[in-house]
Amino acid sequence: MSDAIQVENVVKRFGAVTALDGVNLSVPAGTVMGLLGPNGAGKTTTVRVLTTLLEPDSGRATVHGLDVVRDAPALRRRIGVSGQYAAVDEYLTAFENLELVGRLYRLGRRRARARATELLEQFGLEDAATRVVKGFSGGMRRRLDLAGALVARPEVLFLDEPTTGLDPRSRIAMWEAISELVASGSTLLLTTQYLEEADRLADRIAVVDHGRVIAEGTADELKDQVGGERIELTLERADQLSLARTTLGGVAHGEISVSAEQRRIVVPVSTGSHALMRGLRDLDEAGVPVIDVVLRRPTLDDVFLALTERQQDDTDPGVLEHAGRGAEIAT
Amino acid sequence: MTTLTAALGDGAVITRRNVIKIKRVPDLLIIGMLSPIMFVLLFAYVFGSAVVLPGGGDYREFLMAGIFTQTVVLSTTITGVGLAEDMQKGIIDRFRTLPISRSAVLVGRTTSDLVNNLLVVATMSLAGLVVGWRVNTSVGEALLGFALLLAFAYAVSWIMAVVGLAVRSPEVVNNASFVVVFALTFVANTFVPSEGLPGPLRVFAQWNPVSAVTEAVRQLFGNNPPGYVAPDVWPLQNPIAASLGWIVVILLVFVPLSVQQYQKATSR
Ligand SMILES: Nc1ncnc2c1ncn2[C@@H]1O[C@H](COP(=O)(O)OP(=O)(O)OP(=O)(O)O)[C@@H](O)[C@H]1O
Ligand SMILES: [Mg+2]
Repeated sequence: MSDAIQVENVVKRFGAVTALDGVNLSVPAGTVMGLLGPNGAGKTTTVRVLTTLLEPDSGRATVHGLDVVRDAPALRRRIGVSGQYAAVDEYLTAFENLELVGRLYRLGRRRARARATELLEQFGLEDAATRVVKGFSGGMRRRLDLAGALVARPEVLFLDEPTTGLDPRSRIAMWEAISELVASGSTLLLTTQYLEEADRLADRIAVVDHGRVIAEGTADELKDQVGGERIELTLERADQLSLARTTLGGVAHGEISVSAEQRRIVVPVSTGSHALMRGLRDLDEAGVPVIDVVLRRPTLDDVFLALTERQQDDTDPGVLEHAGRGAEIAT
Repeated sequence: MTTLTAALGDGAVITRRNVIKIKRVPDLLIIGMLSPIMFVLLFAYVFGSAVVLPGGGDYREFLMAGIFTQTVVLSTTITGVGLAEDMQKGIIDRFRTLPISRSAVLVGRTTSDLVNNLLVVATMSLAGLVVGWRVNTSVGEALLGFALLLAFAYAVSWIMAVVGLAVRSPEVVNNASFVVVFALTFVANTFVPSEGLPGPLRVFAQWNPVSAVTEAVRQLFGNNPPGYVAPDVWPLQNPIAASLGWIVVILLVFVPLSVQQYQKATSR
């Protein structure tokens, strides 16, 4: 499969700030790549480089083999973009906004209008079609902006936080629109703060931090990277931690970690509920009362926090221990 | 050829978008109309009764060409403000990701501002007629005079485009432009004959493009006092040629400059 998007060692500085510090990324045609990262990581800057809005200081970025600098005009014909902040014209109606975009994609008047009508319906804006955008709510503007990105049915779509500020219904509608487009063969690069969204929409996820891609893979691969399944137990008595640790050795699949302060034990396992039941039975037989127990698979939230964690205090210690950075590990 | 027609087509689409805004926010247009009317009245009745032209003649007639020039130049501020606003609201970002010609947004902007200026000139002419201004030449010369005014304003729009794209804040663009435009349009022959000015100011006034245009328009409308002899400097002796020259030079410098700047413009 050929790559629709390719980014090689792209560096972008704004004065003293290095926004992109050697980004590498490739997105196979027809797939969805999710860019995940904390605020200021460089997601928007990456999107802006790929959509020809910013020239990289060094490195190379291409979309379908077209260079973002040299072949910008040809590249623009094949992409659709919705930036982090809605770029819609306040003084035009919703319909006029989409018609304008269609005309500028050179669809011709009739097709531009037909497409505008279609998209307004798809994004639930048909009632607002003839209203001037100035009076629109944030979510309505956002939807209109997204519709603008889809006008020309682009081969490659860039959406920067497409569902931020949308109500749940609009978010689901957005997801459906995106899925439809991808099903028809388009490639999508999307940034998001919602891990659920990345989990649901993206084939692969790249975690960006400090202007670099620090991890990349499918949601499952990333979860495995942070740690597989585990049992988390909280004991009634702190003085039994050591006993519990020995008892659980039989079901553990990796190193057990213990947090004395919270009377907590985290046990990596490989056999899921089977390990859970056996572990509990063993503890019961050893006379160790347990007040709380969960079988957990890491979520993308865990992945996100573990990979981008900068300071170690007051975040979920279970995850931190698995990422090998836990504090207060006692035996 | 196809790239040119494409550029014009895109430019027309953007012009239409800007004209819709004039329609939707008529306050802007109304204020744009009120100020030239106010100018005409102010100068006609406040200054007009105090200023005596050397060699006699009707000051109101003399003054109209100056007000025309000043007002159309002042109106071009909206080119810079409009672009700065589009940039601030992120619409330029949207346009820059679309496969449109590099000059389309600027062509559209300057063209719709020309439409705006046409309305302004029409209003001002009516106001002038009311206070007693008359064109004393032929229809052809009068039309040439109006065309020259609008062409000059169109060229100045491209200077404002560069300012708007560079400064990015609509308020700052507005204030900065006013300072420059007032300096340019007052140190000129717009409201008083340039001969009376002290040394360096006089040289500046006589070579000021605003003076050449004002002189040309005054000539074409037949609004100079009887027995008037233009100052002995080339641009004022040949004001039409000088005006055309200025228009060409401004366009040659500022069109490429603003297109180049547009290509690097981003909302932040
Ligand atoms: N035009 C600019 N001038 C100066 N600094 C900038 C500019 N654009 C981005 N930056 C800086 O570059 C870094 C990356 O910014 P970017 O907008 O790409 O982050 P992001 O990952 O999209 O963040 P968020 O999740 O908040 O949207 C930040 O430190 C930001 O301050
Ligand atoms: Mg961002």
